[in-house]
Amino acid sequence: MLELKNVTKTVDGADHIRDVTLTLRHGSLNVLLGPTLSGKTSLMRLMAGLDRPTAGAIFFDGENVTGVPVQKRNVAMVYQQFINYPAMTVYENIASPLRVAGVAQAKIDAEVKRAAELLKLTPYLDRTPLNLSGGQQQRTALARAIVKNAKLVLLDEPLANLDYKLREELRAELPKIFAETGAIFVYATTEPHEALLLGGNTATLAEGRVTQFGPTIEVFRKPNDLITAMTFADPPLNTIVLPKRGSNFELDGGVNLPVPAGMAGIADDSYTIGFQPHHLSLTRKGSGAPIRAKVSTMEITGSESFVHLDFADARWVMLAHGIKSFEPDETVEVFLDPQHIMVFDSSGRSVAQAKVG
Amino acid sequence: MARIDLDHIRHAYGGNRGPNAVYALKEVHHSFEDGGAYALLGPSGCGKTTLLNIISGLIHPSHGKLLFDGRDVTELSTQERNIAQVFQFPVIYDTMTVYDNLAFPLRNRGVPETDVDRRVRETLDMIGLADWAKRRARGLTADQKQKISLGRGLVRSDVNAILFDEPLTVIDPQMKWVLRSQLKQLHRQFGYTMIYVTHDQTEALTFAQTVVVMFDGEIVQIGTPAELFNKPKHTFVGYFIGSPGMNVLPARVSGKTATIGSQTIELPGGTGSSGAAKLELGIRPEFVRIGTTGMPASITKVEDIGRHKIVRANFEGQEIAAIVGEGENIPADAKIAFDPAGINLYADSWRIEIGA
Repeated sequence: MLELKNVTKTVDGADHIRDVTLTLRHGSLNVLLGPTLSGKTSLMRLMAGLDRPTAGAIFFDGENVTGVPVQKRNVAMVYQQFINYPAMTVYENIASPLRVAGVAQAKIDAEVKRAAELLKLTPYLDRTPLNLSGGQQQRTALARAIVKNAKLVLLDEPLANLDYKLREELRAELPKIFAETGAIFVYATTEPHEALLLGGNTATLAEGRVTQFGPTIEVFRKPNDLITAMTFADPPLNTIVLPKRGSNFELDGGVNLPVPAGMAGIADDSYTIGFQPHHLSLTRKGSGAPIRAKVSTMEITGSESFVHLDFADARWVMLAHGIKSFEPDETVEVFLDPQHIMVFDSSGRSVAQAKVG
Repeated sequence: MARIDLDHIRHAYGGNRGPNAVYALKEVHHSFEDGGAYALLGPSGCGKTTLLNIISGLIHPSHGKLLFDGRDVTELSTQERNIAQVFQFPVIYDTMTVYDNLAFPLRNRGVPETDVDRRVRETLDMIGLADWAKRRARGLTADQKQKISLGRGLVRSDVNAILFDEPLTVIDPQMKWVLRSQLKQLHRQFGYTMIYVTHDQTEALTFAQTVVVMFDGEIVQIGTPAELFNKPKHTFVGYFIGSPGMNVLPARVSGKTATIGSQTIELPGGTGSSGAAKLELGIRPEFVRIGTTGMPASITKVEDIGRHKIVRANFEGQEIAAIVGEGENIPADAKIAFDPAGINLYADSWRIEIGA
């Protein structure tokens, strides 16, 4: 178990990591999700022992390891750049941490072959990394991390430099590989979609803070605050600030959005309403009234259409199935199912969460 | 802006034109219409960047000609071709201000300063950096720098074409949405001829009117996003586009039925016997229905990715993926069915028409 207790890291007076408390268990996959400069890499460096926290403490299996350098911890790291020894064969690249540890040849051989099998590298063991594709180079780095038998494996955007399809393939395999080793896996990404595909747990990061941590799909569906909801949304979260009066949120043009059951008790005030692009639709669902919005741009993927809409001061994205052929500046009627809205108060805290399913 | 014709273009690196030459780009014969928005989509090594560099003049093709509005430009330099380029990583002058970075390509061409000022201010608004005009580029974040690169690509209105080489790779996902829709609006407003190279299907499909899918040095299909989704010409297109890609299952076909393992599937129409060595049925996960009726399959995994679920199942000894909507239930004893609208047939990996 890796425990971070009130960990803060300050560099030249700037907070890179702010008061992070996090507990990660063995055999778990933990995603750090946030945009560039939100603190993902800084947090991993602290977990690894590459940096020492300015304040707070780090425990590994109950032992205080704050300030213990990386060499004395059992940690493996994989980076966005493919890092291998260019002069060594794939076999020797994978074997290198075992050689350093003075493991017997027979055991090295068995371990390398097992990892190569797991990462589909068996046919390439005699090649050198630069004679491999990017995907195979990163598989080599992953295999080396696995044979190290580290208790903590840190993956810093490991698929970011790979082609879309290769990413898809490796991403599907990674959780299986992780599950077999029993280590604590930490995986940093800027992509909400990748977090959802990986599953496991997710910690959302914003400006050096962990804003929420829990099972990935739960953090996605029930964000505690607006910043978490915005971090965990791709396309960007649709939002609009609306006054609540009685049983309605008042939209422009006299259109009302009924306050969903379960939120009826909240005070009359101004709230930020957030919702996902697929919860805006062209057909009425639930008790939503039609909202007249103006089309700004259309993006069609073949299976789906992303309709960019302007409504009052807000810019929204609607995800519709199939191909919709709206013209820019056309006015369309769309419906928002009140059961699927998230409501945040003026401080950004969730007053109630979107319905699951 | 110009129409661009690729006239029997081929390219082998290292200047080898002999019989044993390895062509990074095999025969490409295609036209990009004036004012069109195109994407070149494919995996690493498919030849898409080679093709882009041939258009820009960074590479001289081993064979063939390149025409801009009917004029042969094969021997012209990049400068003489009058095109704008945006690369994967920001190419900017760190010591200049954001404003001067954008003004540079215009001043270079002797544009009067009043026009420079107008164009630069318009472009700054477009890329959302108006407040940063006087800042030096050094010290900006990677995505801000890349926005400057995009701005430099867009600042000149007199170019023949704007070429983009993986321009959004270093941009965070949410900013990608903003920049992509701005590029689309710009295209609509100004009718630029745009060619956009990417390995990312979402970027290609959402940006372009026409997507050119490349594989192994060749164009495998040119089509609208809908055509690539509904009627992939080759199983590679089926696999490469879509997430997950198309399910491709070995099949036997007789008249209006296809047989997969022990299951028989009604086809929307008949097809002649093609004499192909290999027949396959392709169906995208979006067209595989999960319910209480249909063919037996055993579900191996359900991935809840928010807006929908990806169901992985074993069907007649093969992996098959299906997409199920957010609120839909997956019955305990699930069966699968294929929506006839989504069935395609492939003979030796190439699509064959299903008749009436």
